[in-house]
Parts: sequence; structure tokens; C-alpha cells
Amino acid sequence: MPKIKYIDQKGNSKTIDVENGLTVMEGAVQNNIPGIDADCGGSMACATCHVYVEDSWFNKIPKAEDAENDMIDMAYNPKKNSRLSCQIIVSDELDGLVVTTPEKQT
Amino acid sequence: MIKTDVVIIGAGPVGLFAVHQLGIKGLKSEVIDNLDKAGGQCIELYPDKPIYDIPAVPECSGKSLTENLLQQIKPFSSNQHLNERVQEITEKNGSWIVKTNKDKIFVSPNIIIAGGVGSFEPRKLPLKELSKFEGKSVFYSVTDKTLFKNKKISIFGGGDSALDWALEFSKNSKVTLIHRRDEFRGAPHTLKELEKLKKTGKISIKTPFQINSINEGNDLKFIEIKNDNEKIEKIDTDILFGFFGLIMQLGPIAEWGLNMNKKTIEVNTENFQTNKPGIFAIGDICNYPGKLKLILSGFHEAALASVECFKRARPNEKYKFQFTTSSKEIQDRLGIKK
Repeated sequence: MPKIKYIDQKGNSKTIDVENGLTVMEGAVQNNIPGIDADCGGSMACATCHVYVEDSWFNKIPKAEDAENDMIDMAYNPKKNSRLSCQIIVSDELDGLVVTTPEKQT
Repeated sequence: MIKTDVVIIGAGPVGLFAVHQLGIKGLKSEVIDNLDKAGGQCIELYPDKPIYDIPAVPECSGKSLTENLLQQIKPFSSNQHLNERVQEITEKNGSWIVKTNKDKIFVSPNIIIAGGVGSFEPRKLPLKELSKFEGKSVFYSVTDKTLFKNKKISIFGGGDSALDWALEFSKNSKVTLIHRRDEFRGAPHTLKELEKLKKTGKISIKTPFQINSINEGNDLKFIEIKNDNEKIEKIDTDILFGFFGLIMQLGPIAEWGLNMNKKTIEVNTENFQTNKPGIFAIGDICNYPGKLKLILSGFHEAALASVECFKRARPNEKYKFQFTTSSKEIQDRLGIKK
């Protein structure tokens, strides 16, 4: 199973085996990773599963669609490497992906 | 003071359907919601997105689902108290006293919390120093636009609200529109108008910039914005607006003594009652083993909770299960003439 590393703002990290086909958001929620709220449950309607994707990975994952970028506009403190973790689908290609959760989601 | 059989907190699809399920049992309800319209997330977050999993409705939008539910509950005399947030719940002589932020008071044996993920509040800019200026020179909504004439206004955001207000305020003020990326999301004619005003110098547009800092002291004088290349620009500002849409905040619900699990309320699956008798939680906000955050699950939860509400509101009557297809009593309540 691909391993996804979640880092928080204090630098604490947790690496989780996430099944192919699940989203990076689901991987976090199912494993009690703090810092990802996912209030809307993954329907790309709330921007509370916002993460920063490590730069070396940012261009390797499929690009965000317009609707996701529109939603990221609403996120707390978005940056160049911001994504919604509900829109990143885990696959073997993403084994080793590193994401950092923001200081807060709202 | 308003006396009723059930107070429903939240006018989303599940809260609205609860009105129906209570109504066909002859119970009166009052609905309270912090938004200015019914529909909850369906209307606020995704009015135009298609929904495909409402039973027997192959496809609908959040807006049409809400409209149909409002149509369905029309026969029942249930009032909606919009733009109001429930602040406090207390118990008195076996009844629940519900108080809103506008000091409206409800008395009822039952409360159904159908609050989704909480109430919608404006999202704020990520700079702590701004909070002391809120309501004075920092705003997240416009209640009276005449207050903002002949000012130096900085607006953050890239969506319809940010664009519309930038255009509006540019008539009487010096406006700077700041957005984190180059693309704006707005109606085509709005974007065209913006382009025109940019060319004529009526609006200054700064992208891709975000807020970095503000001046010290007790009055807002200027802000500093920063782009991805760490370039910093100073912008003289009297009034600052942030338009980042709304976010759901759990708010006072956490303080009502209910058993909570993260942001959700624990219920039993027999009648969706919480640890407090007479307080129910249904829809996205409730939690039990196997819970799915689907509208259809919320409808089921509303139906079961309404049965227990009946027993509590009419302790001397026997509850009898009836079908809408055959019950004369229900059809009368629905106002059906045969």
C-alpha cells in the first residue's frame, strides 16, 4: 500500500498506509490525523481539507481543476503548493507523498 | 416567548424534512437558522451542483431540492426564524428553553439539532492583528454600503462578492483588489467591467498577492502585501474587506452538555436522541456506528426522531404508525381534498 506522510505545523509527522483509490483526505480522517477537518465530506465544497504538498511532489500529482482552485481561494492561508486533500487520489505513483497540514482550517 | 412541540435547529434539507415528519404526526415546529435563507449547505455551498442520490430523484440541484422540500412542508404551520443563531439551551420544569442571539425565546419539550457542521460564519484573513479592527475598519460583509464613501478600500478575494463590491465601491472610493492568484472567478460581464476599470485606473489590481502585515497602533493606516517571490508592497488603506465565503463553525452547540465526538453529537439509532432526553440530533451533525453523511440518511433519522418527539409532546396520546397513502388524518393535515 502507498505510504503517505502527513506533517503538522509543529513538524510532527505520521506516515500512514493508505489504500489505492482513497483520497489523501480519507487517509487522514480514517487514521485520526489531526488538522484535516473535511467538513463537507469530500464534495469540494468547503476547503477544510486544505494541505500543502511538498514541492518535489507538487508537479507529480494530477493538476487541480478550476473548481478546486476556486475553492482553495477560500482556504485559510493558501500558498503556491496548496491543494485540497479530498481531490488527491492515492495510487502507487504517489507512494511516499508528503503533505503538510496548515496552521488551521478555518 | 414561543411555545411549540419541537424546535428545529438548522433549516437544511434534513431540518426541513423534519418539519414534514412532525407535521404529518400533528406536531408543530419552529425552525431556526443562522443563514438568511433555508437550504443549509445545499443552498450555501452547492446550489447548482447536481445531486444524484436522492431516492426516486435521478438528478437535482441543491437549489431545486430545497425548493421542493419547502413546497412539501407548505401545508404545515411551521415558522422559519432566519438570520438567528441558537445561543443557549436550558432546562426548566421538564421543558427546554431555547434562546437565540436575538433574544427570542422558545419553550418546547423537544429540540431537534439538524445543524450540519454548525452555523455559517464568514471566513477571515489569516492575520491575528486584524481582529482588533473588526467592525471598525476590517469587515467580512457589507451591511450598509453608504458607510464606505471616499475611502481607501482594500478588498481581498477573487470570487463574485469581492469583484462585485470592488466595482461598487470604485464609484466613490479608491479601491485596491488583492487576490492570491491571477485568475478571478466571476460572471463574464463582471470580469469585463473589472478589466475596463483597471485600464482606466479606477481599480488597482494586485495579484498574486496575499496579506503580510498591517501598521501598528489603534487605527488602520496601511497594509503590506506579499507575493510568491517575497516582494512586498505597501497599500494605504482605511477600510479592509475580506470576501472568502462562509465557513461552518460548530459554535455554541459544543457548550450544551451533549456527548460529542469531534464535531458531531452522539445519538442512539432507535430515535436519534442524544444523552439529554428530548434533545435529538439528525443529519450530518449526528454520529453513530456506521453513520453516513448523506441527505437520504438524514431523512430517515428525521422520521425516527419525530416518533419520539410525538411521544414526548403528547404523553397522553398513543402513537400510531400511519401511511400517507391511506391515513385520512394525515391527508387532512396535508390539506388534501378528495
